[in-house]
Amino acid sequence: MYHAIVFLPLLGALVAGLFGRSIGAKASEYVTSLFLVVAAVLSWVAFFTVALGDSETLRIPVLEWVKSGSLDVQWAFRIDTLTSVMLVVVNTVSALVHIYSIGYMHHDPHRPRFFAYLSLFTFAMLMLVTSDNLLQMFFGWEGVGLASYLLIGFWYKKPSASAAAMKAFIVNRVGDFGFILGIFCLYMLFGSINFQTIFAAAADFAPHGEQASDVVLTLFGMSLDKADALTWTCLLLFMGAMGKSAQIPLHTWLPDAMEGPTPVSALIHAATMVTAGVFLVARMSPVFELSHDALTVVTVIGAITAFFAATVGLVQNDIKRVIAYSTCSQLGYMFVALGIGAYGAAIFHLFTHAFFKALLFLGAGSVIHSVSDEQDMRRMGGLRKHIPMTYWMMIVGTIALTGVGIPFTVIGTAGFFSKDAIIESAFVAHSSVAGFAYVMLVVAALFTSFYSWRLIFMTFHGKPRASADVMHHVHESPPVMLVPLYILAAGALFAGLIFHGFFFGEEYAEFWKGALFTLPENEILEHYHHVPAWVKLSPFVAMLLGLVTAWYFYIRSPETPKRLAQDHRGLYQFLLNKWYFDELYDVMFVRSSKWLGSFLWKKGDQATIDGLGPNAVAARVQDITGRVVKLQTGYLYHYAFVMLIGVAALVTWMMLGSAF
Amino acid sequence: MTDWPILSVVTFIPLVTVLFILPIRDDTETGRRNIRNVTLLGTVFTFILSLFIWAGFDASDAGFQMVENVEMAGSGFSYAMGVDGISVLFVILTTFLMPFCILASWKSVDHRVRDYMVAFLILETMMIGVFCALDIVLFYVFFEAGLIPMFIIIGVWGGKRRVYASFKFFLYTLLGSVLMLLAIMAMYWDAGTTNIAELMQHDFPASMQTWLWLAFFASFAVKMPMWPVHTWLPDAHVEAPTAGSVILAGILLKLGGYGFLRFSLPMFPLASADFAPFVFTLSVVAIIYTSLVAMMQDDIKKLIAYSSVAHMGYVTMGIFAANEQGIQGAIFQMISHGLVSGALFLCVGVVYDRLHTREIAAYGGLVNNMPKYAVAFMIFTMANVGLPGTSGFVGEFLTLMGAFRANTWVALFAATGVILSAAYALWLYRRVIFGPLEKENLKAMLDLSLREKVILYPLIALVLFFGVYPAPLLDATAVSVDALVNQYSSSLQAAAQLAQGMQ
Repeated sequence: MYHAIVFLPLLGALVAGLFGRSIGAKASEYVTSLFLVVAAVLSWVAFFTVALGDSETLRIPVLEWVKSGSLDVQWAFRIDTLTSVMLVVVNTVSALVHIYSIGYMHHDPHRPRFFAYLSLFTFAMLMLVTSDNLLQMFFGWEGVGLASYLLIGFWYKKPSASAAAMKAFIVNRVGDFGFILGIFCLYMLFGSINFQTIFAAAADFAPHGEQASDVVLTLFGMSLDKADALTWTCLLLFMGAMGKSAQIPLHTWLPDAMEGPTPVSALIHAATMVTAGVFLVARMSPVFELSHDALTVVTVIGAITAFFAATVGLVQNDIKRVIAYSTCSQLGYMFVALGIGAYGAAIFHLFTHAFFKALLFLGAGSVIHSVSDEQDMRRMGGLRKHIPMTYWMMIVGTIALTGVGIPFTVIGTAGFFSKDAIIESAFVAHSSVAGFAYVMLVVAALFTSFYSWRLIFMTFHGKPRASADVMHHVHESPPVMLVPLYILAAGALFAGLIFHGFFFGEEYAEFWKGALFTLPENEILEHYHHVPAWVKLSPFVAMLLGLVTAWYFYIRSPETPKRLAQDHRGLYQFLLNKWYFDELYDVMFVRSSKWLGSFLWKKGDQATIDGLGPNAVAARVQDITGRVVKLQTGYLYHYAFVMLIGVAALVTWMMLGSAF
Repeated sequence: MTDWPILSVVTFIPLVTVLFILPIRDDTETGRRNIRNVTLLGTVFTFILSLFIWAGFDASDAGFQMVENVEMAGSGFSYAMGVDGISVLFVILTTFLMPFCILASWKSVDHRVRDYMVAFLILETMMIGVFCALDIVLFYVFFEAGLIPMFIIIGVWGGKRRVYASFKFFLYTLLGSVLMLLAIMAMYWDAGTTNIAELMQHDFPASMQTWLWLAFFASFAVKMPMWPVHTWLPDAHVEAPTAGSVILAGILLKLGGYGFLRFSLPMFPLASADFAPFVFTLSVVAIIYTSLVAMMQDDIKKLIAYSSVAHMGYVTMGIFAANEQGIQGAIFQMISHGLVSGALFLCVGVVYDRLHTREIAAYGGLVNNMPKYAVAFMIFTMANVGLPGTSGFVGEFLTLMGAFRANTWVALFAATGVILSAAYALWLYRRVIFGPLEKENLKAMLDLSLREKVILYPLIALVLFFGVYPAPLLDATAVSVDALVNQYSSSLQAAAQLAQGMQ
């Protein structure tokens, strides 16, 4: 069954990719979508048997991979609750996106290629989440990067798309640089990069006792004892997570990734790939849990990203970019949860977020589809009556994201459970930065609510700002696009209600069965159930405030935001230009490395090495060669003859030499 | 199992093929066609025969196999051939790549076809000979003689600046050769034999090792090529015909790495250990420096040539890490690079044959009318970048891991190559393949022909196969590399004990 779950998408990708031209676009769509639906159904079966049943952690070897010295890595699956949750998320969203794309990509001439890429992505993501070792995980990690690169650059005629694709790949590679060094550290510490071995050894690795200060690793000139070695290892791994999950300062690729087709944004850049970093930290929880310092860094980075991305989201005008920054921000929430040791809450939010964020993106796609591929919200407005189903689906996505629910009860949308769980955990966590994280997250929640409702109001309410021609063509999407939205909407509404007890509640232990490791002194789950009432209310109040402000700004008094932007020009530009990260990086890395490359080429290779080396020699011996040239006839047998003489002379010399 | 001298047969079949094509006149189209066909047959036959070497090779035996040894009366010099886990893969790689080179020159070379093919066939014999030779003099002869056909291929069938390029190539390699010859003589005086297997057992005095190591290093470093003696390579690549580039990148660049493994590490372990930091430094500089330079190139071939230098940096780094992962990774990286960079040069050849320019700016948007080409180029680009699932990754990962075990700083700096390689390779791909198809002369270009598919598809298959299942290559090298590592570390231990005893 697990083979089928993982390899069906690959098979689909191969069919569509290799034979797409011969079997046609329709067949490619149906084959890939069908395989994905089957894989999704099987994933749910796996979820029920592994996560909700009492199946042990499974290890299924597939094939030998890299074996060298004491390094022995196989292609193999590791199936536990964490994996099964990810299987459900990846395959469900992917299947829905496949189906949705049949409608969305209707006019595109390259549909077989598109579906091949989508399925290829799904395969790589599945390899990542089912991995039994860090190397296979790295395979999936880079594989999703490749698929993301291909899909962002899918419309290759657009220079901006190609540029964004390249940027995504390279920025991710910066993270991978850390990831791969982290893998090496783990190998040095544990003698293996298989999870089983690492997790078994990690328990005894806890830095206490008399050997606590023994040097176990020399890294970059530092002699590290156990605690420091773990911290460095975790930080290097976390660097990979930051790249993939778009955490500050490696977030810059995600907004640009919106150049890809919208279904891609929903699948890759919202629901699945970008959560790989969260998955990595959760998977490695037996190691991260041992390093308090590393977790502190995770918390701080997560909190800053949650806040930063939310501020930028406030002023963006491109409908997809708003949602992209929202994704970035929500990923920050997940990292805060990881950092404070609430791994269950992080995965819970990952799970629910996949539903409502995919819903928002696909809904946005439906909007874009209906207004002739316009993405700027300033040229939308008043669409509510024209595309009512899309409107209501977007509302569902928004209330799930902003966490609408009734405090002190168990009635609420997905975000009400998962996001609020993170905020409340942050308040009670025993981390030196927990207070900071709590404040950041509450403020971010207010901003989230504001920009989400701003999006709704600007797009659907008010007077139409699109041209009459565009308005004339506005049409509701076909069922093939709407049905996936309904399914996601159901998830966005009820996933929190149904599953909160399992992920981060009473049934925590039976559900996870040790797949997420926590030290005995980590009692965050216990404390989380006893937060003060005002803390429980705080995200709710933030949500309401955001909603009311958005309503005031964009329905009641549309002049207010314009006036504010004019009064605080500097701040507005700062936010609109995304805190100037791109400009900064351009100077710091792009231009400087180009300059350095030219410099090394012209001054290093040409002027110095060639100038002092061969060219100088050439000039000195010019006269001599002038005469030697006459010996060069250009006939092959002359050279062969000379060579023969040389060999003969050498052999003669050897013979004579030995005689002495 | 073999009582016939299979290694010699495989080595000299190309030379025999030369005898067949020499009488054919190449001033008619039929004559040229016959020459091409006979050459192709000869190289394919060589490849098939070489598979018997592979089949007969016992991967669990660390020593030399299929040994042939003919004493030259009383000279100490002998005609000795044999392969072990370190050399056998290179033999196969050579015989494997050769038919592709002949196919790639099918249309693009049409003057002095006979001479061209003769040069290639001689080159093949020399290259196979280098990897099989078990006598250091024999090795030297093959090693140096192989340069002559290459020199001629660049000088005669090359591009506009071919004379400069082949001259530079010659100057650099000459320097190393002379020093190596002197070292070989010195070794003979000290050990009284030229047999490589015996020399490996011989303990050279520590002070002598230093000088011998440096002399060999001068030759191998140029061949690799290592920074800063790499500048001949971009010029040679740019001017060489496509097939010449393939052999240059695929085989000739491996001579240096092979030499380090065959001579420097086992024969001069003390010097190797002393000089390892020096090699690490050069390797890391090569990786970063040439990657940056590669990024700024505007000639496709030059860019790939610079990226080759960077990739060879991983190889030298892995070799001198002197542990299993490092050395196995280095061998794997060399084989993989042979396939990948060979394929990349073939890809450049495909568009060069159509447009006769290597200027990156002259291209753009090729995906529109050459989708199959775009896919092939993408796969090789990704293999060049070291994407997991391609053969490029395994070598890169293992060499980095080996380096990390030896010195974390080295791995840290070398790993930046992971980022830089993505930058230059994807930027190249974007400029050549993506974008709108606007230039008029590009619009007429056709997608891969059947001949080109025959060349590129098997390479794609191998690059992916070895990425997913590298075991055949790693298993073949494992035992020999283990033996090498053990011998190396026990030599170092013995020397350390000796030093302690003297105190």
